[in-house]
Amino acid sequence: MFKRINAPKNGKVSFTFEGRSIDAAPGDTVASALMLAGETHFRDTPVSQSQRGPFCLMGVCFECLVEIDGVPNRQACMVAVREGMSVRRQKGAIGVEIE
Amino acid sequence: MNYDTIVVGGGLVGAAVAHGLGRLGEKVLVLDEGDVAFRASRGNFGLVWVQSKGEGMPEYARWSRHSADVWPDFSEELQEQTGVDTAYHKAGGVHLCLSEEAWERQSALIKRMHNVHGSDYGAVMIKRDELIKMLPGIGPEVVGASWSPHDGHASPLYLLRALHESITRFGGAYRNEARVENIEKDGSGYRVTTAAGSFKGAKVVLAAGLGNRKLGPLVGLEVPVFPQKGQILVTERTEMKFSMPTVFIRQTDEGSFLLGDSHEDAGFDLTSRTGIMADIATRAIRSFPFLKDLRLVRSWAALRVMSPDGFPIYQQSDSHPGVFSVNCHSGVTLAGAHARTLAPMIARGRLEEPMSAFSTERLNVQAH
Amino acid sequence: MNACDLAIIGAGPAGMAAATEAANAGLSVILLDEQPAPGGQIYRGIETVPEERRKLLGPDYGKGLSIAQAFRASNATYIPEATVWNINPDLSIDYSRNGGSSQISTRHLLIATGAVERPTPMPGWTLPGVTTAGALQILLKAHGGVGDDVVLVGSGPLLYLLAQQMIEAGGPPKAIIETIDRSHYLKAARHLPRALSALSYLRKGMAMMRQIRRAGVPHYTGARDIRIEGAQRAEAVCFSAHGRAHRIETTSVALHQGVVPNQQATRLLGCDHVWSESQRCFIPKLDAFFESSVENVFVAGDGAGIAGANSAEIRGRIVALRVAQKLGDDKGTQIRALQKKLSRDEAIRPFLETLYAPSDEVMVPHDDVLVCRCEEVTAGAIREAVDLGAPGPNQIKSFLRSGMGPCQGRMCGLAVSSIIAERRKENPQSIGYYRLRPPLKPLLLSELAQLEREPTRDEPL
Repeated sequence: MFKRINAPKNGKVSFTFEGRSIDAAPGDTVASALMLAGETHFRDTPVSQSQRGPFCLMGVCFECLVEIDGVPNRQACMVAVREGMSVRRQKGAIGVEIE
Repeated sequence: MNYDTIVVGGGLVGAAVAHGLGRLGEKVLVLDEGDVAFRASRGNFGLVWVQSKGEGMPEYARWSRHSADVWPDFSEELQEQTGVDTAYHKAGGVHLCLSEEAWERQSALIKRMHNVHGSDYGAVMIKRDELIKMLPGIGPEVVGASWSPHDGHASPLYLLRALHESITRFGGAYRNEARVENIEKDGSGYRVTTAAGSFKGAKVVLAAGLGNRKLGPLVGLEVPVFPQKGQILVTERTEMKFSMPTVFIRQTDEGSFLLGDSHEDAGFDLTSRTGIMADIATRAIRSFPFLKDLRLVRSWAALRVMSPDGFPIYQQSDSHPGVFSVNCHSGVTLAGAHARTLAPMIARGRLEEPMSAFSTERLNVQAH
Repeated sequence: MNACDLAIIGAGPAGMAAATEAANAGLSVILLDEQPAPGGQIYRGIETVPEERRKLLGPDYGKGLSIAQAFRASNATYIPEATVWNINPDLSIDYSRNGGSSQISTRHLLIATGAVERPTPMPGWTLPGVTTAGALQILLKAHGGVGDDVVLVGSGPLLYLLAQQMIEAGGPPKAIIETIDRSHYLKAARHLPRALSALSYLRKGMAMMRQIRRAGVPHYTGARDIRIEGAQRAEAVCFSAHGRAHRIETTSVALHQGVVPNQQATRLLGCDHVWSESQRCFIPKLDAFFESSVENVFVAGDGAGIAGANSAEIRGRIVALRVAQKLGDDKGTQIRALQKKLSRDEAIRPFLETLYAPSDEVMVPHDDVLVCRCEEVTAGAIREAVDLGAPGPNQIKSFLRSGMGPCQGRMCGLAVSSIIAERRKENPQSIGYYRLRPPLKPLLLSELAQLEREPTRDEPL
C-alpha cells in the first residue's frame, strides 16, 4: 500500500475511478493518484484479458492504459488529474461506435 | 548434399513455391537474406483479391481467381500441418466509391472484368442503401461499392510463418544470411554460391523479388522489375466489427485496422513520409468516419515488386534448363496458385499453360 | 518554415544544459519535452517539489533546481507536453500537443531522451503491483508517495539510492533482494584504481550502503530463480540464495537491472548503433562531440551511453558548443575543458558497469517467461522462431508480433535481441534491433488527417 509522506497542502482534486470517488493532490497524474488510493488493477490486456497495472510511470510501458472521460487507451501516468474526471479500467480492445 | 530444387528467396513467393515442392516430396533448400532484407512480404496488405485484377491481361485475371479458389483448402491444409492459422477469411470484399465519378469508373471496370471472367465472375455494383447493411459505419460520401464474393484477406505474416514451418516439416532446409552471389552450371544441375557457402541443386527458382533483376542475367533471364513504395498504417486493437475487407481498409484478427494503398516511386527509399500517412488517414476517415477516434500505433513502408505492366512475370530459362524466375506484387493472393499449380509445373521441370502469357516476351524484352 | 539552429528533444540535465549553453551562445533553440515541467526523470518535479521533500531526496537531486532555473532564464524556446511522434530525414520534427500535431524544422538536432529501465523479464513480472524501481522513485519524487512493504529486486546504484530515499521518507523497503553474481566483485575490483579518481562517487555509495544497513533493511545477496507469485496481483517474491529458498510476502515489487539508452529516436533516424559489452546494451555510435552517424544529429545524456546526471549535463554543454562551432564560433578551448571534466566524471563507470552487470536470468529468461508484455510473447516462442530460421528481431516480430504493441518494443527490444543472440550463439551486434518507424508514440488518426497531405493516387475516391 502506498501513502503520501505529507498531507497535500494546496487543496485537493476529486475524480472517480470505476464510479468510486477519489481524492488526489494537485500535480498528481491519474496513475499516481490511483496508486496512492490503493488501486493496482488498471486494465485487462486485449490478448489474454490478464490484469495489468502501472509499471514504469514514465510513459514508456503502456501498461497503465485507462479510459478517461470516455476516451480509451490513455496513459494514466501522462495525464494530470482534473476535477470531476471520470476514469475507468481499459477492458481489452477498445470499442467503437459505428452507427 | 544435392537438392531437387534450390529456391532463392524466403519471402511469400519463394516460400509458397518451396512449400508446394516440398508437398510433392521434393528435397528443397530455401536461401534467404538476413533480418533487414527489403522483404516485400512484411509490407503486404494481406488481401486475397480478384475483382479488379487483370484488366488488360485475362490470363492474370483468371490466375488470380484460380488462386482465390484454392485458398480455402490451401489455408486449411497449412493450419492442419503447422498449427498456424493464416487468419484467412473469404468474406467477400468491397471497393468503396466516394463520388459519382468513382462509381461510374468502377461500374465500367466491373463490366469489362465481367467480359474477361465470364458468367461466374460474381462481382456486382452495390448502391449505398444496400451497402450500409453489409458495412455499417460507412461515411456520408460513400455512394456505393463494387463487391465480389471471391475476395478475402489473410495475415501475410502468419502465412509466411506457416509456409516456413511447413517447409521445415516437409523436410526442407532453410538458410538465412545466404545472399546469392553466383549461379553456375554444375554437371546436370546448378551450383549456387552464397554468403553462407555453396549448394547444389537440380533446379533453381529465382524468387528474390527485386533481387531477381540482378540474378536473372546469371542464368539467361531478363527480369525487368522495379520498386514501388507503399505505406501502411495500423491502429490500436479494436473490438471485432468487420470481417469483410475493402481494397485499402481491413480489420485484422487482432482487431487492428490496417489502412493503406499509397503508390510512390521513391527508388529504394523506405522512409515513412508524414504527408503520405496523412493522405492515407484522410481517405480512411472519409470511408469510415469512426476511424478518426482510433490511434495509429504502427506504420511501415515496403517496396512492391513491380513489372512494367504491373502483371506477374513467370519464366523459364532457355539457356539454363530447370531454372525459373517468379515475380509478382501479390504474394498473398497468388500464394495458393504458386503452391498448388506453379510448384507442380516446376517439379515437372517445365512451365505449362497458361504460364506462357506471363513471360517477358509480352514486354518485348530481348532475352539472352 | 524557418529552421532553428538547434532543436532538442528532452528536458533532462543534458537537454536543459544544452539549451541553456546554446541559447547563451546566441543560437536559436527549441526544446521539446513530453512532461509538463523541465527536469526529465532524474530531476522530475524539481521546480515544484516541497523543500522538505527535496531535502530528503538528497543533494544530487537538489542540484537539478539550478540547472532548471538557468534553462528557464535562457532565451531557448521551451515547448512542454509535446509528444514527438516522427523525425523526418530533413530533421523536421512532428509532435503532438493539446490534441493537435505541429511541425518544427531545425538545422541540428540533439536527442536527449535519456534512459529507460532495462527490460527485466522474469516469472510474474506483469502482475499488477510489480513496477520498475524507477517508477517508485518517480512516485516519491514527483508525488511524495512511498510504499509500506516494497521489496526491491535486482542490482544497480538506483536500487540503493531508492532504498536510501525511502528510508529518509519514513517508508523503508521491506527487503532488498540483490542478484549480483559473486564473480562480479572480483572482476569489478580490477576497475577500482580508476574508480578511485572519482572518489566522491565511491564515498557516496558507501554511505548509502551504511545507511541501508543501519536502518535494518533485510538484504539478501546472490539471489537466483526469482519469481513473483500472485493470482491477480503481486503477493510474494520467491527466490533462492546461497542454497536456501525464500519467500517474502509483499504487495509491491520494484525491479531494477540498471538503465539503458532509450533508442527509439536514434533508431528511427537510422543512426548506427554499437553493442556495448560492458553496458550490455546498444549505444548510438558517436564522435568525441556526440554527433551520430547521421550528420547534424547529436545524442547527449544517458541516451549516449549510461553515465549519470553530471555527465549528462557536461555532454549537453559539449553538444551546444560544438553546434555553435559548426555555425562559425570558435569554442575549441571550452569544449576541450569540458571533455576533460567529462573523462574524470566517467571514471567510476567501468567499476559500476562490471559490478552491476545484469544477471543472466533476465538477459536470457526461461522459456515460459513473457518477454513482450504487450503482445504476450514468451521467451520460448522466440527461441522456437529462431530455430525455424528467423535471423533477427524483425523476422521474429513479423512471425510472433513481439514489439508490435503500443509500447513499440520499448519493453522487449533488448531482451528479444539478447535471446536471439544467445540462441544463435552470436553477438547482439550482429543480431541487431527492431527497425523503428513512426509514430514514436500512438497518435489519433484525426490528428494525422489534419496535416498537409501528399496524395499518391490520381483518381478520385
